[in-house]
Amino acid sequence: MKQYATGAPAETVAVTSSSDVVTARQMVRTLAQRSGLSLVHQTKLVTAASELGRNMLVYGGGGVVRAAPVSDEGRRGIFVEFTDEGPGIPDVELALTDGWTSGNGMGLGLSGAKRLVDEFEIESGPGGTTVRIVKWGR
Amino acid sequence: MTDRVPVLKIGDILLVSIQTDLEDQMVMDLQDDLSHRIVETNAKGVVIDISALEIVDSFVGRMLATNASISRILGAETIVVGMRPAVAMTLVELGLSLKGVRTALNLERGLRLLRRLTAAPADRA
Repeated sequence: MKQYATGAPAETVAVTSSSDVVTARQMVRTLAQRSGLSLVHQTKLVTAASELGRNMLVYGGGGVVRAAPVSDEGRRGIFVEFTDEGPGIPDVELALTDGWTSGNGMGLGLSGAKRLVDEFEIESGPGGTTVRIVKWGR
Repeated sequence: MTDRVPVLKIGDILLVSIQTDLEDQMVMDLQDDLSHRIVETNAKGVVIDISALEIVDSFVGRMLATNASISRILGAETIVVGMRPAVAMTLVELGLSLKGVRTALNLERGLRLLRRLTAAPADRA
């Protein structure tokens, strides 16, 4: 993923419980509103953040959500990063398949979140997982 | 302790109006509470108003679908009402079609649909 210019310092939320997931998605929504994303774009971004935040909590044992407004060639958007130090995802390709689930989910967390945003990047290894997403305003 | 979503009884209908951003624990508690209340009150229908919900992710979506199935087995119809257009668009893109969940545009239409469904259960296959 390209390194985009950030419009403001990143805001962070540490996620260790399901109430932190709510806090994290509220942070993302506030940033998205401030950047002028349309309601539909906001909803898609916040829903993706909710899926990825929950994944991070359930499978990664919690972690940190970092979000910032970004811009590129006149476009404005929101960048969000989810970092955990969990066991990692053994097969990322497989985990991105619709319907694939390692637990009791519906298998839509990663693949669904990817569809809801414009850019999606995942790095995973034994030391943890990082997911980065960007949703553009237009 | 997390808050619980209130389940209101009006005649033989249970009304759930979700007014806060849902934590996962609240979602699970609601599923529990609803199934118990259906049996306790002998309810014929459940209306879940989600008009205040800004997002419905796969966890909440799954609760709505599971709840509709549980209610049906317990003899009650569930109608989900008031979904925002942006939420509906997001759900479909997420890959959740909410199969088996009856929906209505708003509370009034939901109640009307419920009356129709519960009035003549023998007509349904």
